[in-house]
Amino acid sequence: MEHLRKIGVPLLSIVVFLGLWEGLVWVNGWPNYKMASPSDLPPAFWKYHMLFLEMGWQTLWRTVLGLCIAVVAGTGLGMIMGFSRIARDALYPLLVGFNAIPKATLVPVIALIFIGQHDFNTVLMAFLISFFPIAVSVSIGLSTLEPEYRDILRALGASRLTIFRKIALPKTLPEFFGALKVSVTLAFIGTNLVEIVSPHGRGLGALFKSGETNGDYPLMFAVLIALAFLGIVLYYAVVALEKIFAGWAERPHA
Amino acid sequence: MEHLIEIKGVSHAYTTKSGPLPVLDGLEIAVPEGEFCAVVGPSGCGKSTLTRLIAGLMRPDRGEVWLHGARVTSPRKTVGMAFQNPVMLEWRTILENVILPLEIVAPKMPRAERVARAEHLLEMVGLKGFEGKRPSELSGGMRQRASLCRAIVHKPDVLIMDEPFGALDAFTREDLWQTMRDLRAAEPFTCVLITHDLREAVFLGDQVVVLSGRPARTQRVIDVDLPADRTLDILFEPRAQDMLHALRDEIRIAQGRVPAAPAH
Ligand SMILES: Nc1ncnc2c1ncn2[C@@H]1O[C@H](COP(=O)(O)OP(=O)(O)OP(=O)(O)O)[C@@H](O)[C@H]1O
Ligand SMILES: [Mg+2]
Repeated sequence: MEHLRKIGVPLLSIVVFLGLWEGLVWVNGWPNYKMASPSDLPPAFWKYHMLFLEMGWQTLWRTVLGLCIAVVAGTGLGMIMGFSRIARDALYPLLVGFNAIPKATLVPVIALIFIGQHDFNTVLMAFLISFFPIAVSVSIGLSTLEPEYRDILRALGASRLTIFRKIALPKTLPEFFGALKVSVTLAFIGTNLVEIVSPHGRGLGALFKSGETNGDYPLMFAVLIALAFLGIVLYYAVVALEKIFAGWAERPHA
Repeated sequence: MEHLIEIKGVSHAYTTKSGPLPVLDGLEIAVPEGEFCAVVGPSGCGKSTLTRLIAGLMRPDRGEVWLHGARVTSPRKTVGMAFQNPVMLEWRTILENVILPLEIVAPKMPRAERVARAEHLLEMVGLKGFEGKRPSELSGGMRQRASLCRAIVHKPDVLIMDEPFGALDAFTREDLWQTMRDLRAAEPFTCVLITHDLREAVFLGDQVVVLSGRPARTQRVIDVDLPADRTLDILFEPRAQDMLHALRDEIRIAQGRVPAAPAH
């Protein structure tokens, strides 16, 4: 019963959504160069299935790599800001300012600095766009740690590192995963941004652009669906990790 | 007589936005080894500050804190601390929470030995069967018991408790007094207990220190000459009642409700 609800309900909602979409296109009599309908998608997927696998893989590994770098760098920055007031005062305005820059404007800049390094540029953008929430959540988690928690171990003469490992780190995990859920979506956007804009790009973004150049609308929609699918997979991968490492934060329902 | 804990002329002030706030003023307390010192005083007079000074979490502006014949300048592993708020780590089970100090103090101790020690203590405080539960699954009183186990799991020489039973109902509190008495009978340690409950102070204490209002001085020290194996009934005996009355009067002086009588 529980399983049926967990899997059946989301599945049903997707089916209803596809049905409405199909119906909308059918009622309006839109041709597929104006708006593709779900029934146009399987042929598009089938026609290009090798491309989809290859490009999907490209997009996936770049996003994940960028996100991993963001986790490491974001956690590091967050730790520095969480432990040192001076570092926080110094870095915060810089970070906020950097985060406020629309990342699309950075694409040509990066492309100019690292000409032709498509993989590198894509990963870099995924990282740049996604580290901010992680850094902020870790720094806030650490700087708002109640002194009582610290004192449990400090009273025993534990080192700062031990206190971080045993108390601060696990205590911030729920906030960290909250941020990671935002970051994973952002990293995905970053990857696709570069893939779409770069002239000789690869990945799903590039596939989307080739659909656009060739006027292949079903392909474009198929790419959008593939992107949505990949986004869902990534998001729920984070949710699964959260369950494993911060499952304790989930209170049993009353 | 050799004192395990000595507070010698300790003064301390906090820096606040509106200037220095003197909290302790020439405090004098001495606790012999194995004795139980209960500290009472008006709210906000500096009792928690005192516990932090004894634990070495802070250093006093003036005066000295001595423990075991050595001056306290930083935290030490031979001290156990129980806080008013039984901060339990939600990501650990009750058993793992109790084991935590051993991971710091005795990192080489085999896991089985740690578990055995923690299970033994949990059983003593009546928490057998709750070892695998999360803190949020326990009641406040049960969490407080677990926090007590955590404070003594590494067999400290000194246990410092800051109003550990303050938030509990009267019956649970009396239960825990008896638990405390039994724990000390099983493995003696020197104790400093901050409390605002005079009956608690008399039931558990070998001496009761009354602090004056802020900035706190040692206003009065009352020796509790009751037998070590007390039962709750002893609180209804005349000698205990006399002590409670005397303490009540001292507290009213400390609160500034009545002028201090000339020195006793
Ligand atoms: N870190 C701090 N900075 C500034 N002032 C503080 C600080 N900690 C405590 N104080 C002040 O010092 C005084 C004594 O605090 P303390 O916590 O030691 O009192 P207490 O006797 O434990 O009070 P209570 O009975 O309410 O627990 C209070 O007036 C409090 O506002
Ligand atoms: Mg206090």
